[in-house]
Amino acid sequence: MDLLHNLSIGFGVAFTLQNLLYAFFGCILGTLIGVLPGLGPVATIAMLLPSIYALDATPALIMLAGIYYGAQYGGSTTAILINVPGESSSVVTAIDGYQMARKGRAGSALAAAGLGSFFAGCVGTIIIAAFAPPLTELAFKFGPAEYFSLMVLGLIGAVVLASGSLLKAISMIILGLLLAQINTDVISGTARYSFDIPELTDGIGFVVIAMGVFGFGEIIANLGMPAEHREVFTKDVKGLWPTKQDFKDAWPAVLRGTSLGSLLGVLPGGGALLASFAAYTVEKKMKLRQGDVPFGKGNIRGVAGPESANNAGAQTSFIPMLTLGIPPNAVMALMVGAMTIKGIQPGPQVMTSNPQLFWGLIASMWVGNLMLVILNLPLIGIWIKLLTVPYRYLFPAITLFCCIGVYTLNNNTFDVYLTALFALVGYVFYKLSCEAAPLLLGFILGPMMEENLRRALLLSRGDWTAFVTRPLSAGLLIAAALMIVVVMLPSISKKREEAFVEEK
Amino acid sequence: MKIKSQRDFFSGLMFVVVGVVFAVGATNYSMGTSARPGAGYFPLMLSVIMAILGAIVMFKALTIETEGGDPIGAFAWKPLLVIIVSIAVFGLALPRLGMFITIPLLIIMVSFAGDEFGWIGVLMSCVVLTVGSWVIFIWGLNLTIPLKPVFMGG
Repeated sequence: MDLLHNLSIGFGVAFTLQNLLYAFFGCILGTLIGVLPGLGPVATIAMLLPSIYALDATPALIMLAGIYYGAQYGGSTTAILINVPGESSSVVTAIDGYQMARKGRAGSALAAAGLGSFFAGCVGTIIIAAFAPPLTELAFKFGPAEYFSLMVLGLIGAVVLASGSLLKAISMIILGLLLAQINTDVISGTARYSFDIPELTDGIGFVVIAMGVFGFGEIIANLGMPAEHREVFTKDVKGLWPTKQDFKDAWPAVLRGTSLGSLLGVLPGGGALLASFAAYTVEKKMKLRQGDVPFGKGNIRGVAGPESANNAGAQTSFIPMLTLGIPPNAVMALMVGAMTIKGIQPGPQVMTSNPQLFWGLIASMWVGNLMLVILNLPLIGIWIKLLTVPYRYLFPAITLFCCIGVYTLNNNTFDVYLTALFALVGYVFYKLSCEAAPLLLGFILGPMMEENLRRALLLSRGDWTAFVTRPLSAGLLIAAALMIVVVMLPSISKKREEAFVEEK
Repeated sequence: MKIKSQRDFFSGLMFVVVGVVFAVGATNYSMGTSARPGAGYFPLMLSVIMAILGAIVMFKALTIETEGGDPIGAFAWKPLLVIIVSIAVFGLALPRLGMFITIPLLIIMVSFAGDEFGWIGVLMSCVVLTVGSWVIFIWGLNLTIPLKPVFMGG
């Protein structure tokens, strides 16, 4: 059995003391930022990128991955206890979770979220291990034209499934692609858009953009809002083990959430956020049985479903990143960046050239999920205490860590000034309701896309039809076009809006 | 002509302006032919597409009615300026004054961005974060960050 052999390599790597420690550290940090509203995994991972210079590639990626799925666990705690999503993917958890907490059933809600996430995480890990090798095989058949079309599909998919205006999102992708054009052209050696500033000839660091837009942009937006009154249900957390009835109610929702989440995570643009919204919608559509609590009033299925889905989605969104080198969401874009920092070219060859890293990372996800259940259920008290730390102590600390992170990336103050500029840009995006995640995706994929486009054109002697005459490439482009058409259909676009606006 | 969605109108305007700027910039670089695309080929293509999309967004913002006009709303000037200036000061000060002075400076400055400001809490944050940063970044991660001011031989 190949799968077993591979997993045994993976667990061999994951169970070394060093990697266990980093997985643990990543999970703690992930839970921490998940619990704290206003600090997301994107900003945190960006902040930590400089520190991975000191680490080997495997522990570094294990730690960063832990932050992402750890945040999914932590986010639910905040959602349930104070009705503020700690993480954007737990927005829907707050609806029923908070109502359960108000009825004194916070313990059951937390347990349903934690255990559901653990189950989903286990399934997600197995799915990655099973599906990564065949997808990698397929990726090796790709030429430059196919890669270009795949990236088009990936980018389009990323915005079609997300919320908000489609046109604006596509424009944001292109803006990201354009920002990535500030560099030195690899083929001719021409410095582009550098204004004779030497630092710009190497291109803008993606950490600068991520930190400026996601880190500082969000801090400014948070500070611009009036301080809200938080009601914390700390005393009510008891009886962590759910009752028999809770188990009976929750497990079908967990199963549905897990399968939906695993599926949506793989899709471009998918991941935790989309998965949780979709799962909540599905749960609401299911018929209520006699004696069930209605949705919005504290139904346990409204917690178990979305929470399982977001964790499953967080896991399986690693698949396109690991096998094709194409990030489906902003966090995976940063993981691609992290790999590049460590000198690993992301793409299908990672599995064969770095099997230790590849399988070690996958195995560590299961280990990490186990740690997270322990961290989040028995030790819930610690995290609740954290919720009482006011934001006025948090944002200076976040600012500081972002500043130090940007500076140490290249030991260069130019990056710090550029981050200040992107903080302004990020706030403008926020004010104009332009989503920044597509911009980051475009920015990461920009150089790869240009290279593959130019190579494909070179190979076809300038013939643009090569993209539609090669069957694989044509198929990918048709899929991208179909996605746009389907979303633009009036009936669907209305549903799409409903799904995201619902119960805000 | 009345703007029906302020946010969309100005987003569209932003895309058009940035697109035009990048397109003009791209003309400085060699276009090449489609068989051998030059350095300006891809950026020109992208900026033209973006400017067109931006124009459509603007057009829609002028024609399609929205509830309440979708206003941009007031800018949070205070946090915006305080944070941006603080970051810039951090960049200026760190190589000259070193970490032990720059970190407290940043914390004090940035704390003014919030609504509540208390010296005791801010000073405590300064101590905790300076020591914490030293432990994490210098002692733990071995990063090279200037510690003391230049004139003190740091």
